Amino acid sequence: MHPIVRTVLQRLGLGLLTLFIVSIVIFSALEMLPGGFAEAILGQSATPETVAAFNKEIGLDRPAIVRYVEWIGGILQGDFGTSYAGAGGNIKRHVSDLIAPRLYNTFFLAIMAAVIAVPLALTLGVLAALYRNSLFDRIVNSVTLTTIALPEFFVAYVLMFFFAIKLRWFYSLSTVSESTTFLEHISRAALPAITLTLVIIAHMMRMTRAAIINLLASPYIEMAQLKGIPRRRVIVHHALPNAWAPIVTVVAFNLAYLVVGVVVVEVVFVYPGIGQMMVDAVSSRDMPVVQACALIFAATYILLNLSADIISIITNPRLLHPR
Amino acid sequence: MTAEAGDIRAIKARRGRIESAWRVLKTAPFSAWLGMIIIAIYVFCAVFAPWIAPYGEAEIVGNAYQPSSAEFWLGTDQIGRDIFSRLIYGARNTIGIALITTLLSFAIGGTLGVFAAIHRGGWLDQILSRLVDALMSIPTLIFALMLLAVFGKYIAALILILALLDSTRVFRLARATAINVVVMDYVEAARLRGEGLGWITMKEIVPNIMPPLVAEFGLRFCFVFLTISSLSFLGVGIQPPTADWGSMVAENKSLITYGNPTPLYPAAAIALLTVAVNFVVDWFLHRTSGLRDEH
Repeated sequence: MHPIVRTVLQRLGLGLLTLFIVSIVIFSALEMLPGGFAEAILGQSATPETVAAFNKEIGLDRPAIVRYVEWIGGILQGDFGTSYAGAGGNIKRHVSDLIAPRLYNTFFLAIMAAVIAVPLALTLGVLAALYRNSLFDRIVNSVTLTTIALPEFFVAYVLMFFFAIKLRWFYSLSTVSESTTFLEHISRAALPAITLTLVIIAHMMRMTRAAIINLLASPYIEMAQLKGIPRRRVIVHHALPNAWAPIVTVVAFNLAYLVVGVVVVEVVFVYPGIGQMMVDAVSSRDMPVVQACALIFAATYILLNLSADIISIITNPRLLHPR
Repeated sequence: MTAEAGDIRAIKARRGRIESAWRVLKTAPFSAWLGMIIIAIYVFCAVFAPWIAPYGEAEIVGNAYQPSSAEFWLGTDQIGRDIFSRLIYGARNTIGIALITTLLSFAIGGTLGVFAAIHRGGWLDQILSRLVDALMSIPTLIFALMLLAVFGKYIAALILILALLDSTRVFRLARATAINVVVMDYVEAARLRGEGLGWITMKEIVPNIMPPLVAEFGLRFCFVFLTISSLSFLGVGIQPPTADWGSMVAENKSLITYGNPTPLYPAAAIALLTVAVNFVVDWFLHRTSGLRDEH
């Protein structure tokens, strides 16, 4: 077997193992529930009968392993269980039905932010590396150093205050529904996407700059320059092949960071995504929804980091041409 | 070399502690000074909040949503409390809780990290490292949200959960730096002359892993502070009527759609502190790594 295939398979196996462990951790959150949880969920008016029925419904009378296998088996078939909202009553709300439209909205927002942020960050990073210590480099550096330290909701509200309320360029609240057209969706999600862009661009740009500067200092680049190869060719043909791995890692790492940023930004702009849903579910302690959202977020995070690993393996020239 | 080192030591001994601290501070760049001054103002507000604030923390002093005036500098909030007073009290609550959490996180992560480094490869080290790997593969905010849903919205739960989740990163750093120190000759020498494990840990290992840990403390504090503020903003962190900057933003957020910048003040208070801490940490990192270059 080609060594590169073996390494990739190993990484995939490790990723699956991590997913498995994380699913156990998320499942066992339900095991740590304090006593009297059913009373807290059902409210003051709960009779002992409804409490017992609720405990039976969420299966606390059966062993944890059985429940885990049922839970994970259901998820693999796209069934995340039933929400606690309306529990004890006759109406059953399936978590999957609640999540599906919101998941689309969240991915829409995240992809939109990524499409703006990634090319912009890479361009700025390469430019800052090429003209390092110039005025441009210093300005970009200090601006990004400041945006790293700012909380997401501060950036979001400042943008909302100036660009949506004062200048009226964008919508201040991103209310979208299923009947919203694609273009309408883009214009309504513009401000949240710009906020997310500002939040993730700093890391991406700084790490791209560092990766390129690191490479430009290596002897083989100096050799290429001494041979008299044009500057652009040195960058594109000599530096970039070796820079892909660190750059892709940075991009994937920051896209994974979007997972966290999206929660706060969705709440600020009242955007009906999965992050806002998770926060609401945490407030009402609707555990099946919380667990489903946590699993989706964690899986996205792990898969993005995993794909970064794999891309950096298959673009590594040393592994591609083994001796 | 030895003579020079001896001279420097003699000079250092002649100077008092305050004088040598002042000498170091004089070399600090403008950004670090700015950061330290801002932090000092925050700490002052936090400590003397009851004396500075014109009104009480949860005291209802007027009508709801009054604009800023001579009486209420930044106006009043949704139930008529003075926003300026709540901002000052917020320094005490928000910074205090973040500081306790970070200290706890360092106590847990630092102790276990050094312990794992000393018993490197042992079963406890293996278990701890795998556990930390698993915990770190879930984003902190998501994990914290889930655990808060389980345990309810109590400040003690918030502090414990965040300290535990954050201690994973401290553990990694403490273990990695301590592993490099444990194999040093002076540690071996101390062991050979018969010092106990506790003495070696406290006198040889801990002082030598301090500089990176101190810098990390600033960064971890920022991270914990931002996470707590985000959780409070989302309504699952510090609960009203406690004055807290994150929940103050959430309480007044409807004002911004009327073109009133009130929610920006507490958010700016958070932002300014994190930027200030970052400035100081940046300088500290440069200084400690610069010192290492000289030797």
